Parts: sequence; C-alpha cells; structure tokens
Amino acid sequence: MQAATGGHGARLRARDVTIHYWLERSSSAFLAVDGVNLDVHEGELLSIVGPSGCGKSTFLNAVDGLLPISGGSLTLNGRAIDRPGRDRAMVFQQPNLLPWRTVMGNVVYGLELQGAPMGEARKHARHFIELVGLHGFADAYPSELSGGMQQRVNLARALAIDPEMLLLDEPFAALDAQTREFMQLELLRVWSETRKTAIFITHDIKEAVYLADRVVVFSARPGRVRQIHEIDLPRPRSLSIKREPRFLAYEDAIWACIEEEVTAANQVGLAARG
Amino acid sequence: MATAPDKPVAEQPAPAAPGDARRTDLRIPGRPGCLRRHEPTLFGVGSVLLFLIVWQAVASARLVPPLFLPGPLDIVDAFVVLFAQGEIWNDIWVSGQEMVYGYGLAVLIGLPLGLLMGWYRRLNYALDPFISFFNSTPRVALLPLLILWLGIGIWSKIAVVFLGSFFPVVINTIAGVRNLDAGLIKTSRSFGATDAQIFRSLALPGSVPFILAGLRLGVGHALIGVVVGELVAAQAGVGLMMAKAGATFQTSKVFAGLIIVAGAGIIFTGILQRIERRFQAWKPQNNA
Repeated sequence: MQAATGGHGARLRARDVTIHYWLERSSSAFLAVDGVNLDVHEGELLSIVGPSGCGKSTFLNAVDGLLPISGGSLTLNGRAIDRPGRDRAMVFQQPNLLPWRTVMGNVVYGLELQGAPMGEARKHARHFIELVGLHGFADAYPSELSGGMQQRVNLARALAIDPEMLLLDEPFAALDAQTREFMQLELLRVWSETRKTAIFITHDIKEAVYLADRVVVFSARPGRVRQIHEIDLPRPRSLSIKREPRFLAYEDAIWACIEEEVTAANQVGLAARG
Repeated sequence: MATAPDKPVAEQPAPAAPGDARRTDLRIPGRPGCLRRHEPTLFGVGSVLLFLIVWQAVASARLVPPLFLPGPLDIVDAFVVLFAQGEIWNDIWVSGQEMVYGYGLAVLIGLPLGLLMGWYRRLNYALDPFISFFNSTPRVALLPLLILWLGIGIWSKIAVVFLGSFFPVVINTIAGVRNLDAGLIKTSRSFGATDAQIFRSLALPGSVPFILAGLRLGVGHALIGVVVGELVAAQAGVGLMMAKAGATFQTSKVFAGLIIVAGAGIIFTGILQRIERRFQAWKPQNNA
C-alpha cells in the first residue's frame, strides 16, 4: 500500500521496549517485557519462542497497538506505534469469528471497520477466501467449520485488509497435531504469495524453525531477547525438512536455550512459593 | 512418506463409487425417517386428543357437577353463544388494545433503555436501584395505585401491562449487551474499530438472542397484567367477562375466556418464535 517502502512489507524497530501491567489485586505494576531490542526486516518471517508467560504475546499486542509500552520506542517504518492501524493485522490464537456472520461476512469484517466500500470489499474478500483454501465455504457459518477452517477464516480476515505486517499470535496452538502441520505448510504457501513482513509467536520450537527466517528466543518473565537464530534453510520448505539434520540442529540449539530459561523460571517460582 | 521403502505399506482399494449422501439405502444418523419427521406433531396432537376424550368422558359421566367441571363440548357451546351474542368482540378489542399498547410501549422504551444501560456503565449504576426495586415488586400489587391514578378504564390496564413486560425486556437487553465476548472486542479493536462500530457490529447483533428471550418473557407478564387488571376493576375486557361469568356460576363461559387468553399468548409467542428463527440461522443445529 505504501509506495515509500518499495517492498512487500514494513520494518519494525524495537528499542529498549518495556511493558508493564497494572495488577488490580496487589495494586502494583508488573513488568512483563523488559528492554526488548529487535529489528524485523522487510518481507521477513520472524518467529518468537519462549517459555509460557514470557511476555511474547504481550510484546505482539504492543506491536499491534492494543497495549501501550511503558518505556523505549517501537516504530513501524519510522513512525511510533500508539494504536492499531491498517498497516498491521493480527491473527489471534482463538479464531474470534462473529458467530452470526458467514465466512464472507467475517472476512470482510476488517475491511468494513476500515470503511471500505462493500462491493469492493466482498470482491477482495473472495480472493482471500480462495487463497486460504476455503473455496465453496463463503456462505458457511463458523459453527459449521472445523477448528482448522476457522483459523483459515481468521487468517483470511487479517490478509484481506492488505496489511504491511502480519502478526500471528500462536494461531495453530489450539489445533490438533495433524491439522497443525498442514496449516504450517499452508501458511508458508500463503505467505510466499503475499510476502508480508510477519511475526509469528509460538511455544513450539519445531514450528518456529520450520516457518521462520529468524527465530528469536525470549527469556523467562520478564521477557527479554535471549538469542536470535538465523534459520538458513532453503525455501520452499516441505514438511519433510523437519527430519533433516540441519533442521534438528537448529531445534536442539533453541531448545537448549529455552530449557535453561524454563529451569531458571521454575526455580524462581519454587523459591518464591517455598 | 513411507519410512521403510522395501516393505510397501498395504493400502485399501478406493471404493468404486463415492458414497452418495442421497442414496436411501445408506444409514445416516440424523437423517429423519418419514415417521421420525412427524413425531413431534403426532405425539403432540395425540396427547391433546386423549386428554380431551378423557375430560369429556369424566364430564359426561357426571362424576362432578357441570357447575364445577363442564366438558369440552359444553365449552364449545359457550363459545358459540358468546360469539353469537357479539359482546365478546368488544371485550377482545379492549383487552387487545391494553395488551398491544402496554407491551408495545414496554418494548419501545425498554429496548433502547436496555441497550443504553448495557453500554454505559454509569447509566446502569444510576438506574439499577429503580429497576431492582420494581422488578422485585409484584406489579399487580401496584394496581390499587394505578386505578386510583388512572381510573378503571383502559389506561390503568395499559400501565400494569407496561410495568409487567418492561422489566424483563430491559433486564435481558442489558444482560445481552454486557455478555459481549472479550475476544471479539479485542479483534475489532485490533482492526481499529471505534466504540460506535463495536456497538453496531458486536453489541447489537450479539444481544439479539437475549433480547428475544426478554420479549418472550414480557409477553407472559403482559397477559398476567391484562387479566388480573381486569379482574380487579374494569369496564370491559375478556378478564372482566370471566369475572362476571364466574360470579354468576357460568363455568363454561369462564373456560371459554381462559381459552381466548391462552390463544392470545400462543399467537404472540408464535410470532416471536418466527422472528427468533429468522435471526438465528447461524446457531449450530443439534440433532436431539
């Protein structure tokens, strides 16, 4: 959309990003993300992994503009992020579809909120319904779809607003193992057709390595960037790449890093409880 | 993706023709058979017929004097007489007006108020004491006051019908707006939705099932208002007709009035069910 960027997506720049939550119960501020420095390049697919509760989703919410940062700077193409915008679109872990709308109605929802003319929006939406492989389901209601299909609608809805950056918050976490593998393959297919800059949050290391150009490992709470792994695997990647030695080496290296974090986190937790 | 290529994995042959769901020799659970499809009507009509026959038998055997228990046929006679005399038309007209005006007013005011109270927290805090007070008072207890203020004509009944159906409508509408899914709100916020857009695209359609349930509850309360209001004091109406018939031991006529009231209730609820079905095509089907 923005001709100035010239490429397929946006550049994200995070400098010393800190995010606090206000805890109602203890009336205190809680540090969720602590000094994250990260650059996401144009057209890159970047994964963030980390132990659960490490603030990776919190960070993504801040990138989407749903959550204010309490320190540092977060810019997209040089502009500070302070609210949701049409240059970013989020794919949530839950499909969050409007149950009273059909697939078509849900896919046009984002466009509709952004004031796109209806006729054009529907034409546009139809393209993305096809792209995510939901041909023939435009008039189905979410309750008639399987979990994997609902997530496709979720993805199509985000793609339909033609964002410069796609934010995916564990979109396949709630799916069964087989559907999940298949959806990873599908996501890569769709991504390679659109080549949007994308951030993919997951707690599944295999998934992160398989999808990403780079995998960022977050430390246990509060979230910091612990390591960044360049994934030098050729694209297009088939599912069988997951059994290649190079792939397994990446997986092991990342797992070793996370294991330390998880152990550390658990010890802290036990100490606090005991 | 066989891991041991030297030992081929046995594969089942594909079926010669794909299963056609229209074939009638296939057993498909959930596809109703001819009998199954008409089961609800069959059993419903059957049980009512049986009830009427037993009732008529008991009445004809004169185990109970007809003064206390007239048979169905006596009631049919009463109906014929009632409509032949023609006075009942005025009663139905008066009661109908009380019902339509009272209930209509309740929906016209209750629905928007409920939406506002559900959406604006502070308005809810401010008005909730009044809603709670009136909702926990039996509205017919207000009849003496209403008659004092509005007389024994149609207006005191409209008021009691209004008060009866207003609160279920308001309370359900508030609950519907309040019951908004947090994930949906987050999603629309993420697409940059304004408050007004969230209200229109999420709160309004999301609260429809609650609102319809409230409307249906309201019909029941409204009918109570009409009948009890007229029993207490009225110049005309089906309730008054029943009161007069009861006082003069015309039991069949009382039953006839009862059936008219019940019929009105069924018609109103039926209309609402129609509307409900139109709005809820998206609800998952459940094979009971």
